[in-house]
Amino acid sequence: MGTYESFILLLDSTVRLSMPLIFAALAGLYSERSGVFDIGLEGKMLAAAFAAAAIGAVTGTVWLGLFAAILISVFLALVHGFACITARGNQIVSGVAINFLAAGITALIGHAYFSQGGRTPRLEDEARFLPIQWPGAEALRDVPFIGPLYFELISGHNLLVYLGFATVALTWFVVFRTRFGLRLRAVGENPAAVDTAGISVTLMRYQAVIICGVLCGLAGAYLSTAQAASFVPNMSAGKGFIALAALIFAKWKPLPVLYACLLFGFLDALGIRLQGQELPVIGEVPVQIVQALPYILTVVLLAGFIGKAEPPKAGGVPYVKER
Amino acid sequence: MSLSRGELPRWVEYGLIPLLNLAAAFLVAGLVVIAVGENPLEAVELMLFGAFGYGEGLGFTLYYATSFIFTGLAVAVAFHAGLFNIGGEGQAYVAGLGVAIVCLSLDTLVPWWITAPFAVAAAALFGAFWAFVPGYLQAKRGSHIVITTIMFNFIAAALMTYMLVNVFRQPGSMAPESRTFEEGGRIPRIDWFFDWFGMNLGGAQTNISFFLALIMAFLVWMLIWRTRLGYRMRTLGQNPTAAVYAGMKPQRLIMIAMAISGGLAGMMAINEIMGVHGRLILEFAGGAGFVGIAVALMGRAHPIGIVLAALLFGALYQGGAELAFSMPAITRDMIIAIQGLVILFAGALEGLFRPAIVGFFNAMYDRRQAAEAAAASRQAAE
Repeated sequence: MGTYESFILLLDSTVRLSMPLIFAALAGLYSERSGVFDIGLEGKMLAAAFAAAAIGAVTGTVWLGLFAAILISVFLALVHGFACITARGNQIVSGVAINFLAAGITALIGHAYFSQGGRTPRLEDEARFLPIQWPGAEALRDVPFIGPLYFELISGHNLLVYLGFATVALTWFVVFRTRFGLRLRAVGENPAAVDTAGISVTLMRYQAVIICGVLCGLAGAYLSTAQAASFVPNMSAGKGFIALAALIFAKWKPLPVLYACLLFGFLDALGIRLQGQELPVIGEVPVQIVQALPYILTVVLLAGFIGKAEPPKAGGVPYVKER
Repeated sequence: MSLSRGELPRWVEYGLIPLLNLAAAFLVAGLVVIAVGENPLEAVELMLFGAFGYGEGLGFTLYYATSFIFTGLAVAVAFHAGLFNIGGEGQAYVAGLGVAIVCLSLDTLVPWWITAPFAVAAAALFGAFWAFVPGYLQAKRGSHIVITTIMFNFIAAALMTYMLVNVFRQPGSMAPESRTFEEGGRIPRIDWFFDWFGMNLGGAQTNISFFLALIMAFLVWMLIWRTRLGYRMRTLGQNPTAAVYAGMKPQRLIMIAMAISGGLAGMMAINEIMGVHGRLILEFAGGAGFVGIAVALMGRAHPIGIVLAALLFGALYQGGAELAFSMPAITRDMIIAIQGLVILFAGALEGLFRPAIVGFFNAMYDRRQAAEAAAASRQAAE
C-alpha cells in the first residue's frame, strides 16, 4: 500500500472519528450561544447511544433507535434547561449531574435488561446505519489518484456522516442568516436587550437546549449504531468533553467547529495509527501525548496564547427579569 | 430570635432544605430501582446493613469517606472563593505521583512515620501545582477555570498513563504499576480504633489518613471562618467588586485558593496509595474527585456538612457494593446514578423547594404580625 493510499485511509478514519464530535460540538454551539453552558454533552451522548442500541436491538429498526436516542437526549436537555433556565440553578453543576446520571443509569438498565454486563446485544444490520456506496465507486476504484479518494473518502460512509456535514452548513445558515439565529446570538450576549425587544428569553433558551438535545441524540446514535454495533458502558469515553474543547477551539462558530473537530478526529486517528510504531528521527511517539493534544491545545488557546476565545457574554448566567 | 420577612431559620436553611433535596434524589433513585425490577425498601435495608451493620462494612465506609472528605473540602475551599474546581480528580491523580516518588525513595530506609509527613507534603504540593496552573490561567489570562480544570483532568490521565507505562513499570512486568512499597512506605490501619468499640475491621483498609482528613476538615473551618485569608476568599466569592474596593488582590486570591484546593484533593492519594494499594496504579482516584463535588454541594461547603456528606457517600459506595452482590439486577452503577441525582437535586435544583418554604414562613410571619397588631390595637383600645 502506497503512502497516498494510507494517507487516504487516515483521512477516512478521521472523518469517522470526528463525526460524533461534530454533532456534539454543534449541539453545544446552539446551547452556549443562547447563554446556557453545557458540560453535559457527554452524558446526553451516552444516554442517546444506549437508547439507540437498546431500542434498535429490541425492535430491529434503525429509525426507532434513532428516535429513542433523540427522545432521551432531548429529555436530559430539558432537565438541564429546567435547572438552568427555570430554576436558575448553576449550569455547571447541572451539567455534571447529567453526566453522572447518564453514566450510571445506562449501565444499570443495560445490565438489568440485557444481562451482558451493561452491554446491549449485537445489532442486526437493519438496526444500524450502514455504509452507502456511491454510484460508480466500485468502477472508479482502480483509477489512480481519484479512485481511492472517491471510493474510500467520499463514498462508503453512512447516512449520519453526510447528515453531519450538512448540519454544519445548516447551522451556519441558521445562526448567521436567519432571524432565529440573530435572536439566539443576542440572547447569549445581552438577554436584557432581547427581552426589551419583546422576545421571550426563556423560550429562546429552551428552543436552544432542545436543538442541543436533538444533535446530541444524533451523536449518540452514531456511536452505537453507526460506528459500533452495540452499546458498551461509558462508550462516549470523554468525546463530549473533546467536543466541548472543539467548540471553544472554534470560538463558538459553525465552520471552525467543523475544522476543530476534524483536527481532533485526525489526532485521534493518528494516535491509533502511531501506536507502537517507530518514526524516523523522533523514534516512538508516546500515544498519550497525541491523545492529550486536543486538551493541551484547548488550554493554550483559552489562555490566549494563540488567538482569544471569548465565550458568549451572558453564558452561565440565569436571566432574571428586572422588575 | 426574630427573623425578618423572607428569612429562614437556620435549621430550615441547613437542615430541612438539604434533607428535602436529598429525599427527592432518593425518591427518584427508588423509582430507578423499581424500573429494574427490585424492591427499593429492601435495597435500602441491604445498603444500610452493608455500610454500617458490621465492623468490616463500617471500615470500608470510613475508607471511602476519607477520600471523599479530602475531595469535598477541596471543592468547598474553591467554592468559597467563587471558583468551581472540577479538577479534583486530576489533582488527586497527579498527587499520587508525588506520594509514589517519596515512598519509593524512602520506604527501604526509614520507618513509615518519617516517610508519611514527606508523602503528605508531596501529595499536597503535586495536587496544589495541578490546580495552581488553572488558577494562574484564570487569574492572569482569563481562561475559564471550569474548562481548564476539565482539560487538566484529561491531561493528568494521559500523563499518569505515560509515567506508569514508561517510568514506573517494573522491568519484565506487563502491569502498568510501580513496585510495591516496603513497610516504610505504608501507613498503618486503624484496627485499634475499631477494637475500642468492640468491632472487627476485617479486610477493610481503613487507615490513619481518616484522622488526617478530620484534621484537615477542622483546619479548613479555621481557614475559612477564622483567618484573614479566609475572609478575603469569601469576600471574593460573594462579591468580587467589593473585594477589589476593599483593596484585596483577586488574582492572588484565586491562585492561592486553587492551590489550597488542589492540595486538599491531592491528600486523597495518601489514603489510596500509602493506605490501601501500597503502590502507584492506574486510575486509583476512581472518581473520588467527582464525588467531592456532590459532597461539597450536599454539605453546603461547610466542613461539618462535608464530613457528614462524605460519610453518606462512603456508605453509598460500600452499601452499593454490598447491594450489587445481593441483588443481581443492580450493579455499582446505581451509585453513580444516585450521585448524579444528588448533584442534580442538592446542587442545580437546590432552589426547587425554597419558594414554597419561604412562602410558608412568610405566611406564618404575616399571621404573627397581624396577631401582634391586633393585640396592640386591643391594648390601645382598653
